[in-house]
Amino acid sequence: MQDQPKLKIKKRSNFVLHIHPATVLIDSIKFNRTFGLGGMALLLFLIQSLTGILLRFAYVPSPDKAYDSILYIENSILFGGFVRNIHHWSGIFFVIIAFLHFVRVFYSQAIFVPRRVNWIIGIALLILVIFSNFTGYLLPWDQLSFWAVTVATNMLSYIPFIGEGMLRIVRGGNDVGSATLLNFYNFHTGILPITMILLMIWHFWKVRKAKGVAVYEGISDYRVPSYPNLVLKELVTGLILIAIIFLLSALLNAPLQDRANPAYSPNPAKAPWYFMGIQELLLHIHPFFAFVVIPLFFFGGLIWFPFAIREGRQGEWFHSEKGKKLALQAAILALILTPAAVLLEEYILHIEDWLPGWPKGISEGLFPFILLGGSLGIYVFYLFRKFKASVHEIIVALFTVFIMGYIILSIIGIWFRGEGMVLTQPWNI
Amino acid sequence: MKEKNIHTNSKLETRNSQPATSRRSFLKRIWGILGIVAGIEMLAVFSGFFAPGKRNLSGTTQTLVVAGNVADFKLNSVFPFRSGKFYLARFSDGGFMAISLKCTHLGCSVLWNEDKKEFMCPCHASSFDKNGVVINPPAPRPLDTFPVIIEEGKVKVDIGKPVRRLAFDRSQITYA
Ligand code: HEM
Ligand code: HEM
Ligand code: FES
Repeated sequence: MQDQPKLKIKKRSNFVLHIHPATVLIDSIKFNRTFGLGGMALLLFLIQSLTGILLRFAYVPSPDKAYDSILYIENSILFGGFVRNIHHWSGIFFVIIAFLHFVRVFYSQAIFVPRRVNWIIGIALLILVIFSNFTGYLLPWDQLSFWAVTVATNMLSYIPFIGEGMLRIVRGGNDVGSATLLNFYNFHTGILPITMILLMIWHFWKVRKAKGVAVYEGISDYRVPSYPNLVLKELVTGLILIAIIFLLSALLNAPLQDRANPAYSPNPAKAPWYFMGIQELLLHIHPFFAFVVIPLFFFGGLIWFPFAIREGRQGEWFHSEKGKKLALQAAILALILTPAAVLLEEYILHIEDWLPGWPKGISEGLFPFILLGGSLGIYVFYLFRKFKASVHEIIVALFTVFIMGYIILSIIGIWFRGEGMVLTQPWNI
Repeated sequence: MKEKNIHTNSKLETRNSQPATSRRSFLKRIWGILGIVAGIEMLAVFSGFFAPGKRNLSGTTQTLVVAGNVADFKLNSVFPFRSGKFYLARFSDGGFMAISLKCTHLGCSVLWNEDKKEFMCPCHASSFDKNGVVINPPAPRPLDTFPVIIEEGKVKVDIGKPVRRLAFDRSQITYA
């Protein structure tokens, strides 16, 4: 019984079977171990490459032709609009799925040796996925894409000393223009996908080297052949994802506003949705802290964690039952406190006015940052005293606060900021 | 595998006389230096392609825009030159100032509001007075200006060089 599938593997040693081990632990292929997120990310990359290459046949990366070439794709090419829709919606899915995969990997603690290198490759992949979407965002050259990229790249200029130079390099000049479009096009359809392919090969190889996904010790060591057990599950997950994307692309068109007009900004002008959390943060805290210090703390901490604390219970969700409880508590806390803080700041506190006459870097930057850091410090102390939480559990809780906080800030930025970036209800935007 | 190699090497080296070791390390260093040189060359080639401002794709090098005759501009008013990326302001004493329309917050294009006599940014509601000085944040500093040159009764604006400023002062105004 066990032998028969193995024989089949030999006969069909094609690529799909090649990247899988011959047999896998039965517990490692339960859907709720990985939720299929890594596989979905791969599928989305393949969809993006295929549709992207098709779009490239008609797309022209120059300011006076780009918009027309999108119109041509939509109106004159058979299924052109459909292909563009697929590229648009999968691009959004890709960011979300890669983010969820990142969260799942962290919570299942699959970040220590031998998965530590993969954790870092993964963080690089997450950043590349976001930049892939961002560079694609400019290409249609409509009002939405032009101003989103103008606003988002301009955030760079607030980095002390090197920001202005970086901004000029990214844009290829002072303004978003033909050099910017060519830069973005080259990154979007060349440098970024090639880098991702290399990193993904390394990523998959590392998963194999770690003997598959993380499962907690004490789990049954019963193994089953990968084919058909795992491959079939992947196939079904993939087909469902494809069905959802096709359905969405048939029903909802990718947006296309008026041709980009550098002289008139739309109101409000928003960064792409995945940067809206940062743009929202920018309304409350000095730019240097919003997108240098805080992201550096977050990603730096994530990389530091498996190096400083070298061991963990890999495969055990949230590290422990207590970790799970604290993560839930942290999520609820962030869910309530983030909107409360935004509302208080907006209408009552105006923390930026508390230190009049001080340099902005201190009154709007360091000071609120210390307030924020101080409250997190108190929170950590509370976890430690009240729950006797271990380092792992505290970090799981802090991670949850950051993730939840960012999601809430994004939701506020995307749906609750109307004209002039004042708070409104979603139906008034 | 690697460790084993190092191990045998060090054994060899201790047995061998001094010169062999230094020749080996000398060659190693040469390789290293060549590698670094190649890397720098790659970087130079890359930055040649990537450098900002070098690739002038539109083909125009002219940055001096002729705005019009001095006499054409009424006192105490603001004239939009949207294609040239600036507003030309003429003050009551006859002085000119070319104010960039790029908001200093995140780079949207400001609009002149004639009723309020303010530049308003549609993106995040910054506003600026007729000198380009911030009335309403989040914009952190006044709007940039462009150098104005007045020759033979014509007003010319050099849109190649935006001038950053932290406050308004009268030296920013150009007189005929
Ligand atoms: C790696 C993941 C990728 C992501 C996340 C991504 C994302 C995007 C996004 C968000 C857009 C803007 C489309 C819109 O909403 O209007 C776009 C456009 C475009 N992408 Fe990609 N893309 C990816 C890969 C690729 C690849 C590999 C290619 C080609 C080799 C490609 C070629 C294009 C082209 C030509 C456009 C312009 C057409 C249009 O805007 O509809 N993309 N991409
Ligand atoms: C292009 C994006 C990515 C692709 C295609 C991808 C693909 C995969 C696949 C197929 C697996 C096998 C297990 C699973 O499906 O979960 C995996 C595991 C893993 N991924 Fe990714 N991944 C991507 C991005 C990321 C990101 C953003 C991170 C985290 C920052 C990450 C970190 C990891 C780690 C640590 C593992 C090992 C998990 C374990 O042993 O349980 N990957 N990845
Ligand atoms: S860009 Fe003008 S207020 Fe933000």
